[in-house]
Amino acid sequence: MTEKSNGNRKLCIIMSKGSLDMAYIPLILANSARMTGIDVELFFTFWGLDVITKKKMGGLNVATVGNPSMHPWFHIPTLLGAIPGMSAAASWMMRGEIDKLDFPPVPEFVQLVIDSGANVYGCKMSMDMMKLTKDDLVEEAEVLGAMEFMELSEGAQLLLV
Amino acid sequence: MTNQILENVEFDEDGFMIDPNAWTAEIGEAIAARENLQLTERHWVVINFARQEFEANGEAPTLRRITKTTDVDTKELYKLFPGGPAKKAAMVAGLGKPTGCI
Repeated sequence: MTEKSNGNRKLCIIMSKGSLDMAYIPLILANSARMTGIDVELFFTFWGLDVITKKKMGGLNVATVGNPSMHPWFHIPTLLGAIPGMSAAASWMMRGEIDKLDFPPVPEFVQLVIDSGANVYGCKMSMDMMKLTKDDLVEEAEVLGAMEFMELSEGAQLLLV
Repeated sequence: MTNQILENVEFDEDGFMIDPNAWTAEIGEAIAARENLQLTERHWVVINFARQEFEANGEAPTLRRITKTTDVDTKELYKLFPGGPAKKAAMVAGLGKPTGCI
């Protein structure tokens, strides 16, 4: 645990998605919160676990099927999105755009958020389901049950992504 | 002493200097004292870099730019400026509240 900041404001984010575009939302919010002195707890559950799983975090993809929100890059009709390589191409493009904004790649961003003092947790039940252990997650992550997370988030502002 | 220096400086309601160009190192020290910060050589690495960036680009650098360009890493930056380095570093450097997301 890191030292607590001056105010009492605390933000808890539950991250349940594992796609490249969604991964940035909790990371940007967590980082912004820490930069202004707000305490942050990040709980990764279901597909969100990919974002802190060492083997997966570097290779997250954008969904090109059933994703109506691909602009400003380009809109991909669902049928075309199913063409092999389409998701990889879109992901590649998005990584380029993210880099242009000087946002770090996901693994570096997770480390940045951890270094800034946010606490990171993997959901125990989801990890059991996906046959993941603590060793599969980034080093600083702790494994936590949902009930423990509820205790931890008492009085905090809670956000589900 | 500290109060005397800050008496003639204009601040917004959050404690940021209204005119960054009126900043001096002395004022920086006084703002730090107001914020209960003991400035060290390492703080000055950050403050001087922020001033330099402001003079070059007209705005405070993002934390990511500070950690990428100077030898101060993220962990140290948070230790140097507890309570939110983005706010505190810009405040001591006499700059406005940073607007960047990173």
